[in-house]
Amino acid sequence: MADSTTSRESLTLDSSLASVNRVEQVAEDYAQRAGFDEDEVPNIAMAVREATINAVVHGNAYDAAKHITASFETTAEAIVIRIADQGPGLDPDTVPDPLAPENILRGSGRGIFLIRAFMDEVNFRQLHPGTELTLTKRRTPAKTGT
Amino acid sequence: MSMKVKTRQVDGITILDLSGRITLGEGSVTLRDAVRDVIAKGSNKILLNLGDISYIDSSGIGELVSAFTTTKNGGGELKLLNLTKKVQDLLQITKLYTVFDIKDDEATAIAAFNE
Repeated sequence: MADSTTSRESLTLDSSLASVNRVEQVAEDYAQRAGFDEDEVPNIAMAVREATINAVVHGNAYDAAKHITASFETTAEAIVIRIADQGPGLDPDTVPDPLAPENILRGSGRGIFLIRAFMDEVNFRQLHPGTELTLTKRRTPAKTGT
Repeated sequence: MSMKVKTRQVDGITILDLSGRITLGEGSVTLRDAVRDVIAKGSNKILLNLGDISYIDSSGIGELVSAFTTTKNGGGELKLLNLTKKVQDLLQITKLYTVFDIKDDEATAIAAFNE
């Protein structure tokens, strides 16, 4: 079976806010090149930013000895971004619902919710140690082949 | 990448004109410090003008919520002004749109503090 991947890029970065901004920028560029429209590109970039914040802040806890990896892949059908950390692992089922009345005024805890809101698929994989998030945004039929 | 704040007073209301990005790190911290500074100076009626905010992430949303609760818990009021469509969409997705008092006209916002 032929490989349908049309583009692929991978980054390994330190656990810093500069890395968050870098990964976000690459995601924005990638989504634009993949043909997503002006409404979708910022949403994809924001989802990737939030996933990278999780990796840097909650996963690696800014540990200089730990790295994050970000990989970007576009195919005829979708853009797929993977963000991985080397932290203790994240169980998404333990993350409180930010829309619940008791959480609505919390000052944090909306990152994973926004990732899920903006992407078509979000999968968590435990790496022992670490967590990998796979974010998928499918192209709408009209954009296939652009 | 950074956020800037300009502070002015209108009819006893402190208006913070924010521009740039409210994101994890510098932007969120700048907003937090600005609101704390206003409250420390004895004002508890705060209008955040977000008209020139180009981008906000989950940390920035959290900072807006914290500013709102801090002001309210101190017996004051915090309102939002001039939301861009992007920020408006984010507040709707996160169900915060009805939590904040949001205005799109400064005079109306000022008047609302004195109702």
